[in-house]
Formats: sequence, C-alpha cells, structure tokens
Amino acid sequence: MGKPNDLVQGTLDLLILKTLLPQAMHGWAIAKRIQQISGEVLQVQQGSLYPALHRLEQQGWVTAEWAASETGRQAKFYSLTAAGCGQLESETANWNRLSAAIDLVVTQA
Amino acid sequence: MRGTAKLAMRMQMLFQRKKAAVRLDDELAFHLERQIAENLAAGMSAEEARFAALRSFGNPALLREEAQATWSWNWLEQMGREVRYGFRTLGRAPGFAALAILVIALGIGANVALFTVVHSVLLKPLPFKDPGRLVMLYEHGLPDDSEKFAYNVVAGGVYSEWKKQNHTFSDLALLQEDSESSLSGSGGQLPENLKSAECTWNLLTTLGVRPALGRDFTAADDSRSANGTVLLSWSLWKRRFSGDPAIVNRTIYLDTKPYTVIGVMPSWFQFPRSTTQLWTPVYQDKPEKVMAMLDGHMFRVVGRLKPGVTAAQGVADLSVISRRLHEAHLDNPFISRRATGKPLLEHMVGDLKRPLYVMLAATGCVLLIACLNVANLLVARGAARRKELAIRAAMGGGRLRLLRERLMESFLLSAAGGAAGLLLAYGAVQWLVHLRKDMSRVDAIHIDGAVAAFTVGLILLCALFAGLVASLSTKDTQLLTALQDSARGSSAGHAHTRMRKSLLAAEVGLTVVLLVAAGLLLKSYERLRSADIGCTTQNVLTMRMGLPGARYKTPGPGPANFFDALLERVRALPGVEAAGFVEAVPGQGYWEDSSFNIVEHPPLPQGKGLFALNRWADPQYFAAMGIPILRGRSFDPSLRLDKANEIVISDSFAKQYLPGEDPLGKHVHTISKDFTIVGVVGNTRYAIGEQPMAMKYFSLASGEQNGGTLVIRSSRDVEAQAMPVQRAISALDRDLAVSDVLTMDQLLGKSTLDESFNATLLAGFAVLSLLLAAVGLFGVLSYIVAQRTSEIGIRIALGAQREQVLGTVLLDGLRPALFGLALGLAGSVAVVRLIRTMLYQTQPLDPTVFVGVAAALLLVATAACLIPAWRASRLDPMQALRTE
Repeated sequence: MGKPNDLVQGTLDLLILKTLLPQAMHGWAIAKRIQQISGEVLQVQQGSLYPALHRLEQQGWVTAEWAASETGRQAKFYSLTAAGCGQLESETANWNRLSAAIDLVVTQA
Repeated sequence: MRGTAKLAMRMQMLFQRKKAAVRLDDELAFHLERQIAENLAAGMSAEEARFAALRSFGNPALLREEAQATWSWNWLEQMGREVRYGFRTLGRAPGFAALAILVIALGIGANVALFTVVHSVLLKPLPFKDPGRLVMLYEHGLPDDSEKFAYNVVAGGVYSEWKKQNHTFSDLALLQEDSESSLSGSGGQLPENLKSAECTWNLLTTLGVRPALGRDFTAADDSRSANGTVLLSWSLWKRRFSGDPAIVNRTIYLDTKPYTVIGVMPSWFQFPRSTTQLWTPVYQDKPEKVMAMLDGHMFRVVGRLKPGVTAAQGVADLSVISRRLHEAHLDNPFISRRATGKPLLEHMVGDLKRPLYVMLAATGCVLLIACLNVANLLVARGAARRKELAIRAAMGGGRLRLLRERLMESFLLSAAGGAAGLLLAYGAVQWLVHLRKDMSRVDAIHIDGAVAAFTVGLILLCALFAGLVASLSTKDTQLLTALQDSARGSSAGHAHTRMRKSLLAAEVGLTVVLLVAAGLLLKSYERLRSADIGCTTQNVLTMRMGLPGARYKTPGPGPANFFDALLERVRALPGVEAAGFVEAVPGQGYWEDSSFNIVEHPPLPQGKGLFALNRWADPQYFAAMGIPILRGRSFDPSLRLDKANEIVISDSFAKQYLPGEDPLGKHVHTISKDFTIVGVVGNTRYAIGEQPMAMKYFSLASGEQNGGTLVIRSSRDVEAQAMPVQRAISALDRDLAVSDVLTMDQLLGKSTLDESFNATLLAGFAVLSLLLAAVGLFGVLSYIVAQRTSEIGIRIALGAQREQVLGTVLLDGLRPALFGLALGLAGSVAVVRLIRTMLYQTQPLDPTVFVGVAAALLLVATAACLIPAWRASRLDPMQALRTE
C-alpha cells in the first residue's frame, strides 16, 4: 500500500496511456478512472498528472482538443495517437520485464 | 506521424504561448470545479467543499509552472524574460547606461573602422583572376649584397630575355608606372596632364581583366609601326567624356599625337596606381633602342606563374637568365645578375602593413581600456546593489543565475554600444577614404560581411570580459557580511575597491603605452619635416609641365627656347623674386640617374661602375631655390645646345668621387658626352627621410630635357602667383597644361602624408585613452570618498586639518595611477621595439618622450583626483556622520 505519490514518472505515463486507449478523456476523468480501476490504491495528484499530460502532448504521444464535457463546460480531451499506441506497447513490455525481474528477486528466499 | 505532430506542437508553443497559458488555466479550473462538485456530492457544505478541493489541489502557481516546464522553447522564453529584466534594470540607471554605451561605442567603433581598412587593403585578394599566381618581378641592383636596391626597376632588354627564355611563367607583361601624358583640349575643355602607364599589349590578359567597354590591346597594337591606341580609365571617361559609349574608336590627342580610344577599363580597375587614367602600348611609344637596353632600368614586370610553380621557383628561373646576361656582358657594370620577386599584393600594399597593424593594435588597446572602464562601472553598480544581491542569493537565487544576469546586462550594453560603434565606424571609414585617396587599394575599402562578423565577435568579447571581470568582485562568502553591514561600517566594499583600483591601474598602464608610442611617432614626424632638405621651402611655388615631344623635339632648340622665354616672362611678373626650372625639385623623388666616370681618373676595373642622380636645371635655379654654390659658378647661359657641355656637381659627389682635389675644371664622361665641372653646390635630398645622394646637374639650355618643375619664389603670398604664371604659360603655348601646382610646403607635406597621418591618428587614440582613464580615475575616487564619508567626517571632527584630508585622499587616488604609470613605462620599453622601423632619427627609448608622457599622465591624474579630494576635504562632519 504505497503512498499515491510513490508512483515513478515512467509508470504514470504508462497508466495514462493505457487509460486513454479505449477513448478520449479529460484530465479529471483520467485520474478518476485510474483510481477506480486500481481499486482506490493509486490516487494520482494534480501536481503530477498535468505535468505528465503536457509532457506526453509535447512528445506527440497524445493529442488534445477542446470539446464540451458531460457537465456542459469546455474541457481539454486527450486522445492517444498512433505513435502513442506504439509507446504504450513498449512501455507495457518494459514494465512486465521489470516487474518479473523484481518478482524473481523478492521471491528468492 | 509523431514527427509532424511534434513539429506542430513546437510551432504552436513558439507562436501561441500566451494562448496556451490561458488554456492551461482553464484546464486546471475545470479540474478544480469537478473536485468541488465531487466534494459537494460527498456531502460537504459549499465552503468546505471549496476549501477541501483547494487544499488537495496544492499551490496553483507551482502547478502551473510545473506543467509549463514541460513545454518546448522554455529556454527561449527564459532568455526573453532575462532580456526584458536587463532592459528594466538598465533603464533605472540611464546615466550609467548611456556612459557605458558611449565608452563601448568609441572602443568598438575605432576597432571596426581599422579592421575594415586592414581587411580590405591587406587581407582581401586583389580583384584579378587567380591573384595568388601574380608576381611582381624586379632586378636586384648592384651591389648584390646590399638591401638598398634589392627591388629595382627592370631594363627593357632584360624583360625581353626573360620572356623568351623562361620556363615558369605563363605570361610576363611590362609596364612603366609613372608616366605623364598631356591630354589636349577638345570641345572647349582645357588640356590637362594625366598620369598614365605604358604597358605591353598582354598586361590585361596577364592580370586576367577585360575592359568594360571596347576591346583589349592586341600584339599588332604594340609595335613601333602601329597607330596609337589607348585605354581610358572609367573615372576619366565619366568625367571628361561624359560617359558616352561612342568614345570607342574616336581619336584623342596625347602629347599632341593622335591615339584611338579602343576601350574603357572597369570602374574598380586601378593598376598600377590609383591615379592612373590612361594605358598605352609601350613598344609603340618607346624607341627600339630604349626597349633593348640591358642596363637602363625603368620598368615594372608582372608575371603570372604557371600552375604548380611557386614564386621562388619562378624568380630562381629568371635569376638564371639574368646571370647569363651579366656574364655575357662583364664589361657593363650595370647589368644585374639576380632577379627578385614579390607577390603582387605585397608589392602594392607591403609598405602599409606595419603602420596598419600598429594602428589596429592601438585600437585594440583602446577597446581594452573601454572594457576595463565598463567593468569598473559595473563593479560600482554591483557594490551599490550589494544588499539586494545578498538577499536574493540568500533566498535561493543560484550563483549562476545572478552571473547570467550580470552577463545579460553587460551584453545589452555591449550590443547597444556595438551598434552605435558600427555607425561611428562607417562614418570614420568614409572620412578615411576621402582623406587618404592616395593610399593603395583605397577603392577596395568597404564594410562587408567579414567586418559585420568581426563586430559581432567584438560585442560578445566585450560583454564576456566586462561581465566576468565585474562578477569577480562578488563572492558568496561576502553574503553574510553584506547583510550584516551596518550603516557606519567603513569596511564596506573593500574587495570592490581593490578590484576597481587594479582595473584602473591596468587602464593607466595601457594608456601610457599608447601615449609613448604616439609621442615617438609625433617626434619622428617632426624630425622628418624639419629635416633640412637642402633648399628654401618657404614661399616657393612649384608646378609641373611637360612639352609634347611632337612639337618640341629633343634634343633641339625647341625646348631650350621655350624655357628661356618662359622664365623671362615669369621673372618679369610683379611679386616674383626669383624663378627657375629643374627636372625635379628636392623631395619630388628619385627620377633618373646615369653612370659616369671621371675622365682624369684612372679607368675603373672591369665590372665596376659609378652612378649618380641626374637633374637638368636652368642657370638661375640654384639661386631661386636657395641652394648654395659652394665653389665655382652656375651654368653659363650663353652656352646652348651642343655647346652646353658644363656640369655642376653636388657636394657629396665631390666628396665621394673627387676627394681631396679641386673638382673645378675636371671632366665627367656621362650620357655619351664629356662635361666640364664648373661648380659645386650644396647637397639636397631627393626625398624626405633619405640621405642626400651624389647629384649632377646639366644645363637646360642643351635642349635635351622637355619637362620638369617650374619654381617661383615670392616675398608676398606665393600662392597668388599661380594664376599669373599659368597665364604666362598659356600665352606662350595655348595647349600646354600644368599639373601639381603646390607650394614646397604642400609638396613635402604630401610626401610625408603617411607619417603625419599615422602619428596624428595614434595621438588621437592616446588622447582618447587618457580621457577614458581620467574619467575612470575620477569615478573610482568619487566612489571611495563616498564609501568613506563617515570615516572622513569622524577624522575632521576629531581635528584633522582639511589640507591633510585633501592630501590623504589625493594620494589614495594617485596610488593606482602611479602603479599604472610604472606598469605602462615598463610595457612601453618592450612595445616600442615594434615601431622602430617607423621612426625617423628617433630612438625608441627616447628619454624626452618617456619623461614627457609621465609628466602629462601625472598632471591629468592629479587633475582628475583633485575634485573628489577637494570635496572630501570640504565635508561638513555633522552632515557626514548623519548620512545613512
């Protein structure tokens, strides 16, 4: 049960990209979705979320546009680009390899 | 895909940054709203919901900054911010900024102007095809081992042999540089004397140049039997022939002979001199005998090396040919056996190298002094903002950040100063080009890309130097002391003071070096001008004229009668005390020489020959010019034409070649005749700065000479005689033109223009530096006094005499100046060795100059320090203690 801010920058990117895979969302929705799917374990703070989103946008892995949200107000919706999909795959592979390795070390009595 | 998206993102971030910032705010506001809504839904009250949301949100400013930190082009935005901030800080101290900009503008302006000249004249290649392969060739005059005549003009016959026998040059062309032609008047225009050059037909092809209009010479034009052809210069064509293209194939009259204009040269073509206006074929003009002479040196030879051949190889090849000629005519002592050569660029501007580089170094010194001054000013400002900087550093402003700020300020000042300096340089270059139209390659002087790059480089250098030197004086360890400084602390800014004093000492040192160099050049110039040239120079007017050979055949009665009549008329003019005519006056140049032998002496061993300068003069010339007749008399005017077999020799001739015997009555065999020595006259110098050479004078009445200088001496305003004399001349011959109407003073001034210009310019730089140093000294001492106001106040209150205070403060200010003086004098000793070749009759370590400079500096330094010192001594102790 780690503190929410223990999330390393790289893993946050991975989570965001995965969350955006099915559909475009705005920042609030992304945070809520991650929180929900992880069973309230991972609570992303705004302080890390928005810098991460902007960085992903600068890198060209997500693209954004302003549209009307559920409440009727304008919000900035992020969606995954084709390059972003590729990045997601490579990051997922990395994560799997990393976690498997950590697993091995930890279960080694 | 990603690439284009990324690029689009970068473009957006560059041009729509503000919009993006606003959007970010909206985005964060939206998030906050949803959080509040969630909180409300969870059951909190409106206020609670809001506070809880804000609390979880954190610092909005920090959030915004962190998000923006991920954007591209951040460094640009930061730099923009720093520049704006720099402008604002400088704007708060406009006086300081203006002063610093002015100082830098002067320093950079002087440097850029001189660099323009150096780059255009010395470094840019000549505007000919493949100019690196062009060589100017000379004969090494005898004796072989002496440097004096190492680069002598070439004989026509030697040129022909070189051209026939060489293996290393693809083309060799010959020209006579200093001819003059009289262009006859036409269409209402007066006749005028023009500088011309006679050349072989292949000169232009050797240089790789084509005429702008018309055609080049052909081999057919360059023979004795051909009709006269001429090429005009662009400026002559524009000025005299209104730029009419129909000038091609028209006939003009030079020296009353007809010449067909075959073309016009391009406007940038100035060869061999910037004053050359006409080019005519040499073989068409000169008799075959003259062109075949092996010992009559009068021409310049230009060669184009074959590809792959070096200049050394080419010259060696020609030397072999020369040696062969010398060996084949061992009885003729005036046939050189060696050839020498120089790259053409070096021939044209070699003399200018040292003076120009010395000037460039001087402007470098001025720039350095300017930078030191600005650094001084920056240190002063840093000292004033000490507390502010300490607080900022304590609050977390990184040292690098503060340094960057300093550099940005200094860069802004340098950039503004550099821009102003570039404008100054432009003006200075225009003035220089106008003043020194006589300088080689003056037409090539332009401000171009290289100069602009140099300016930018100087700006950066200035900024770095001034900024870094200024920040040296701030140290982290002083933070605490700066914050703790109470108002009464007299230890305030000690490090600043030390730094400022050492900067000042450096400034003064450089100034002293410049002053010494300038002093030496000025003294050398004064020696040069006051050197006795051997004749009267006051109230003497000169003008040159040439009688056209077609109408006044030489030798013959024509010229002799003309000059007799002319001198009679001129002497009859009111106000004219004396008049004479000579081939060339003292100071007008070398002109001609000829070999001779003394008939009464035993014959010289084979291979040895004597030569001395020749001058044709009228009998009253010596009296008119104030040249003393030491023994015997001048020419007998009744002996004319082939009866004119008298010769007058100069004193050095008598001492050199007839030592210990009475020269009168002895005979000299020269120019194929025997002459009787009738008089010995005082020595004259053929050029200022040269030793007098042995000279022999022939009577003008022989009719051999058809041109020269008319001299007129008048007790009244001699320049007013110019018009009456010219009228007298045109009364005798309407088509005759005169040129170079100058008083002797003006003539000598022209020939020393280089030296006077260099000395004046350097003196100007030295005075500028002195001014900068004085201002710096004044500033530093005022600053010290301001720092020590309370201390001085206490001293006065405790009973110190005002004079004592004055003395102490004055001494405190003079100490760095004295230190700088010592440094400067020591440095000068090393530096003056470099300008030794530019000095005339002046020792590099001339004590008068050194002492004079030291005295001048002390005077100026004392004057600069006096005001702050006097103000310190007049302090009201109560006021002083109450300050701060």
